[in-house]
Amino acid sequence: MNIIVTVNGTEHTADIEPRRLLVDFIRSTLKLTGTHIGCDTTSCGVCTVLLDGTPVKSCTVFAVQADGRSITTVEGLKQNGALAPIQAAFKEHHGLQCGFCTPAMMLVGSALIAENPSPTEEEIRWAISGNLCRCTGYMNIVASIQAAAKMTSEGASQ
Amino acid sequence: MYPAAFDYLAPTSLEEALTVLAERGDEVKILAGGQSLIPMMKLRFARPSTLMDINRLPGLDVLEHSNGRITMGALVRHNDVVKSDVAKGNHTVASAAPWVADPIVRNLGTVAGSLAHHDPEGDWASVMLACGADVVLTSRDGQRVVPIDDFLVDMFTTSCRPNEMVTEVRVVTHSARGGGDYQKLERKVGDYATVGVATSIELDEAGKIGTAGLALTSVYAHNLKVTEVEQALVGSTPTTDLFAEAGRIAAAACDPASDTRGSAEYKRHVVDVFTRRGLARALEIAEGGAT
Repeated sequence: MNIIVTVNGTEHTADIEPRRLLVDFIRSTLKLTGTHIGCDTTSCGVCTVLLDGTPVKSCTVFAVQADGRSITTVEGLKQNGALAPIQAAFKEHHGLQCGFCTPAMMLVGSALIAENPSPTEEEIRWAISGNLCRCTGYMNIVASIQAAAKMTSEGASQ
Repeated sequence: MYPAAFDYLAPTSLEEALTVLAERGDEVKILAGGQSLIPMMKLRFARPSTLMDINRLPGLDVLEHSNGRITMGALVRHNDVVKSDVAKGNHTVASAAPWVADPIVRNLGTVAGSLAHHDPEGDWASVMLACGADVVLTSRDGQRVVPIDDFLVDMFTTSCRPNEMVTEVRVVTHSARGGGDYQKLERKVGDYATVGVATSIELDEAGKIGTAGLALTSVYAHNLKVTEVEQALVGSTPTTDLFAEAGRIAAAACDPASDTRGSAEYKRHVVDVFTRRGLARALEIAEGGAT
């Protein structure tokens, strides 16, 4: 089946089997391996991507469902070649240890900030509650998202 | 993990979708949010030969309040309910929504799909049983409005016929003298309930309980509406003693299994406590004292 999907601003046309999962389409067909596969059972959230701006677990979406829609993966976060605030904040605040959950955490964080420019710590913790960090490094992930929210709102007011 | 191969159809009109159901019936599984169906297909517990994606059907995302009831179209996501002011018209619904699955699953999973899937440990069926919801089933032959008690037949089984699809869920709103609540114990965000208790009450003009609903999650072979509790409550003045009695009845009515989430004895105790707490919270809302 032919689909047209815009990924990180670039339109891709592909002929795929309907049962192809979105995560495999992203990783194997488009070779964007920043999106990870963890549990493969809708639990861990490391495969999270943004579908029309909304976080979804791409192991539990068929690629055909994305036909005509827009996907953002971690590779699409950078802005004009520079780190986006969420990426800069994770770097600055040591928001990653092994890095496996990081792409998903940054995407969920950026979607949260887009919807709620100054989230409280509790709101951040609820927002990432569908994403597991196997290093249990949540303290700095939360701090990074908080810092990114601050950087984003300061950037917007300049 | 990959599901078995299937034909994928994504109709763009309800008429087209109903024709697919009329022609292919039992072979078809309907894909709404897919957050239960896709995992089941990957595990090959479900092997539909046709998957019909209804996400491109217009009008099924309606979430509105009119004439004392909330109407939720088949594509209303859990998070639509979490974020909606409309859903606040029913306190049990509003209370349960943030406890369904996890925040990312809630972006795709739907209320109607959850009911149609009827996982015996799903949260929404208890909410709808406590509140007396209706499910609208549509086929080429027309519409049927089915009370939730008749819609839910047994675990993973509903009275939806092969040529029908759920197009809408309707649930009454609480009056200014009504309240409701959903108490859920879960080991972690996104897990099934260890125990869930849905409550709903309406007070009459004398301050007695006029109508009551109570249903339990994960402590029976399916979501359990406890009519004995409802009968004990209706016509009585709400007191701590009455709610304690309700807790005892609910705990006796359930039949939990001992498993990794806890022993049967423990779960039965939680049912007792949550029933009392849930009713107290519902009463607090009904009396206008809730913050």
